[in-house]
Amino acid sequence: MNERVLRILAPAGVLALGIVLWDLVVRINGIPPYILPSPGLVLSTLVTDWPILWSSLLATLETTLEGLALAVAGGIGLAVLFNQSRLIEHSLYPYAVILQVTPVVAIAPLLLIYLPQHAAVLACAWIVAFFPVLANTTLGLNSVDHNLADLFRLYGASRWQVLTELKLPAALPQMLAGIKIAGGLSLIGAVVAEIAAGSAGAGSGLAYRIAESGYRLNIPRMFAALLLLSLTGIAIFALLSWLTHLALRRWHESAIAREA
Amino acid sequence: MAASPSAPIVSLRGVGKLFGTGTVALDGLDLDVRDGEFLSLLGPSGCGKSTALRIIAGLSEPSRGAVTWRDGADARRGIGFVFQEPTLMPWTTVFGNVFLPLKLTGMDKAAAAPRIMETLSRVGLADFADAYPRELSGGMRMRVSIARAVVTAPRVLLMDEPFAALDEITRFKLNDDLVALWRELHMTVVFVTHSVFESVFLSNRIVVMTSRPGRVSSELAIDTPARDAKFRTSAEYAGYCRDASETLHQAMHAHAGAAA
Repeated sequence: MNERVLRILAPAGVLALGIVLWDLVVRINGIPPYILPSPGLVLSTLVTDWPILWSSLLATLETTLEGLALAVAGGIGLAVLFNQSRLIEHSLYPYAVILQVTPVVAIAPLLLIYLPQHAAVLACAWIVAFFPVLANTTLGLNSVDHNLADLFRLYGASRWQVLTELKLPAALPQMLAGIKIAGGLSLIGAVVAEIAAGSAGAGSGLAYRIAESGYRLNIPRMFAALLLLSLTGIAIFALLSWLTHLALRRWHESAIAREA
Repeated sequence: MAASPSAPIVSLRGVGKLFGTGTVALDGLDLDVRDGEFLSLLGPSGCGKSTALRIIAGLSEPSRGAVTWRDGADARRGIGFVFQEPTLMPWTTVFGNVFLPLKLTGMDKAAAAPRIMETLSRVGLADFADAYPRELSGGMRMRVSIARAVVTAPRVLLMDEPFAALDEITRFKLNDDLVALWRELHMTVVFVTHSVFESVFLSNRIVVMTSRPGRVSSELAIDTPARDAKFRTSAEYAGYCRDASETLHQAMHAHAGAAA
């Protein structure tokens, strides 16, 4: 079988098998929907609850994308700043690490006290997402070919030219790898903050729906919302992978298919 | 002192280079580069010939001694440099790579295009302007590197073992083309190599260097008008190669004797 077909068919087969097993387990044991809904019920809930779920999805998606955009801007901005000045790098880098290693679940309730809710959710998404962009971009900016750097010096390139013509393009592959990780993390940050906010009694995102449905024992809706969250994560990953491929396909080894 | 055409275009007097690791790469190096000549620095690995080249280029500062340019220190701006590896920017095309030195001096693409295309056809790559470096063979990449170095019409072209990593057939071809370029463009070339055959084929003058510390041990003039495929198989060429080999051996032996 063709490699490409196999790569689609194999996971699809696993998915189908899983759904069938799930359905059989529910049917044979007569499990009530408030404990484990059947896949069919989850799907029909998705359809009947679509208006609520859709607006929740949009809310979560908005936060995630805003968080990602801020993380990309902040991560690349900080990396460039660090690259230009050792003093700034040494002064700020430890705090970037501290922000990263402190679990965002623990920060979210505090942020919700000090910030308006939307800003707090956004801040959470940003905190978890910016670090991989910063770390990867920093690595990329620092791994410029020494001879190329010498060549720029030889031709009397300005600092700005070195940054825009040499360092940033050279760092692009690592930068994009960081952004790809940040996409997933931004969704996680948004969900964590929504759940923290949700328990405080406000919010309308998908994670809030999950928390709310949990309290109401509306398990089918919990599953439907979870399914949407998963699909959102997959869509973000796929989109960022595609953008990476577009940006690197002509020149970077990672994006080039090799013939054996 | 007034600039006279017979004066060396650049001279090194008593140049020493001590690296931070304690390695003495060069000590008391005296070298004159004459206007319009093809000069080879020949010596074993580690004799500091690449360091000498980097010092001429201004990429490295001498620890001792002085480098004097006949036409003033600004003359350093008019040099081209070819590294051991092609050192191309993988993210841009052949055209983009050759455009780089002109772009860094502020020339716009439209104004530079005729010059770039002319240079590319000189090195036989006119049809590959839109190709990316990874799509080219090792020899072609080196041609791009040479095109990039000569596109600014440099007075002095510095080359650091540029063909060391290429196969012999490609190397011969590039040697032929380099001689042609040198003649057409009226450049001064300083060529670092550890190949006796290559240095004899290419140069007017061979300066033999010894290692630890690197300095000039002797020099050899290659006086022949013919530098073509016929010259490569001639008795004259074989004779020069024998002379150069002996000079190199003597230099290394005398040096070993002195060190013992």
